[in-house]
Amino acid sequence: MEKTLDLKFNYTDKKDTRSGFGDGLLEVGRKNPNVVGLCADLIGSLKMGAFQKEFPERFFQTGIAEANMMGIAAGLSISGKIPFTGTFANFSTGRVYDQIRQSIAYSEKNVKICASHAGLTLGEDGATHQILEDLGMMKMLPNMTVINPCDYNQTKAATMAIAEHEGPVYLRFGRPVWPIFTPANQKFEIGKAWKMIDGKDVTIFATGHLVWEAVIAEAMLREEGISAEVINIHTIKPLDEEAILESVAKTGCAVSAEEHQYNGGLGDSIAQTLIRNNPAPLEYVGVDDSFGESGTPTQLLEKYGLNADNIVRAAKKALARK
Amino acid sequence: MEKKSTEQLQEVASQVRRDILRMVHQVQSGHPGASLGCTEFFTALYFDQMKHDNSFKMEGKNEDLFFLSNGHISPVWYSVLSRSGYFPVSELSTFRKLNSRLQGHPATEEHLPGVRIASGSLGQGLSVAIGAAQAKKIDGDDKLVYVLMGDGEQEEGQIWEAAMYAAHWKVDNMIATIDLNRQQIDGPTEKIMNLIDLRAKYESFGWTVIDTENGNDMKSVVEGLEKAKSLTGKGKPVLNLLHTEMGFGVDFMVGTHKWHGIAPNDEQLADALAQLPETLGDY
Repeated sequence: MEKTLDLKFNYTDKKDTRSGFGDGLLEVGRKNPNVVGLCADLIGSLKMGAFQKEFPERFFQTGIAEANMMGIAAGLSISGKIPFTGTFANFSTGRVYDQIRQSIAYSEKNVKICASHAGLTLGEDGATHQILEDLGMMKMLPNMTVINPCDYNQTKAATMAIAEHEGPVYLRFGRPVWPIFTPANQKFEIGKAWKMIDGKDVTIFATGHLVWEAVIAEAMLREEGISAEVINIHTIKPLDEEAILESVAKTGCAVSAEEHQYNGGLGDSIAQTLIRNNPAPLEYVGVDDSFGESGTPTQLLEKYGLNADNIVRAAKKALARK
Repeated sequence: MEKKSTEQLQEVASQVRRDILRMVHQVQSGHPGASLGCTEFFTALYFDQMKHDNSFKMEGKNEDLFFLSNGHISPVWYSVLSRSGYFPVSELSTFRKLNSRLQGHPATEEHLPGVRIASGSLGQGLSVAIGAAQAKKIDGDDKLVYVLMGDGEQEEGQIWEAAMYAAHWKVDNMIATIDLNRQQIDGPTEKIMNLIDLRAKYESFGWTVIDTENGNDMKSVVEGLEKAKSLTGKGKPVLNLLHTEMGFGVDFMVGTHKWHGIAPNDEQLADALAQLPETLGDY
């Protein structure tokens, strides 16, 4: 289907976003001697092996003990180190929420919590590992910055940008190979939404892997004569409210698209912004109060209603409510 | 700072106990029991053992660092920090009140000098101390990191993750102390969750363990800390089992968990203060 569509963004290569993290970490490690890495027995999965090899004195294998890893990271940060912790998104958030809350967020520690295998696109491992609540949990914490980039290049840029940012950060990425459709060596501005495609009838606010689905959806809508604006919300918190309000003032309705529960995700953040400033129809594309299951990423996005077809349907619904 | 004699340290401890009781009484809230039990330990650390800088820089480079994991005994820490010049002694009167830097449990949000991380939710301080100790190793900083935990706190799982990690990574520039008062909120540890043999547990995890048999005797506490210090730098983390009595120094508070989180009334305060000489001047 993609082949026949006139996409505004194209790709020549596919890579996993976690590799963007691993490559970004290595590069920023070379630039900044304060960067240290920690991993809870998932060095291969998190692509942290190159950093570990080049900087063994700045890398700590913690074993399967994520709570301790968060505390160690907090302790390392006190002297001015910039710790990057690596484990799956589930074990980076829900499993260690109180450790993050007290020792990192409340204590304002400069720890970068880097979380792979987020969302349904983790695939075959199933619901125990497919966390769909992490964005909500992390954005609720005062002092926490929450970032969910969309492809390899953006994840690499984000990884390097958060090292320069003072304060706790949650960086969320994933497992599957995914189209690389944003530029290499892009500048990543925390908290600044990126308007990727101009439109006038409806705005699609997308984050993470679903930005690619939004790019496809825009082309599908265009074929039907609907002009969709696509905005890449890579930073969930702080949210670029100005960009959101400016776009919706023009289009008059919106769709949010994320690999996350409706509850507490990007959609809720946008809804809050709209309600307080300029109420407008908003349709959610996300998981509707359910756990995931085993399957391929493509199957799961289809079954749980998260692919381009669903974004198109949601956009039409939002338009009809204008 | 000139080295203080045991008698001088005891004088400081008496004032610290007065501070604890007056702080908790004033706001009718807080945890006097284990604060009183750990008074010799805190006094020995801040007035004798640690090389520390009361002008306070968060990074704490080239100085000994202390972390309090069982954050509820904040009264004793706040008293000792103020008495050693981190912030004005008069600020002790704001303990647990609105807009105070002296939160019920230690916090960094309002930048209280001396506090480097929030604590209170138990089980987290050992991990933090280990991280701080590893940062010192990376930086080639030969100073030590101290951490205090409760004995009831040993029931938290994260403690044992950290204990395993510290031995694996040979974190031998850290002295962890457990306040072994054998009491927790719901009663004696033996009844609530039997710790059995903490020495054996930590030794089997790869630690060097010493006992300070009388944690309320200033001379023994100083000797225990000296011994612990002599055991650092040998490839193993060091644990100091500090045997204390909750409520020590006040006859009607000693040896019971009853005063874990209860404030004395006016009459009880007067009775308690009569037992503790005012040595440095009340705040």
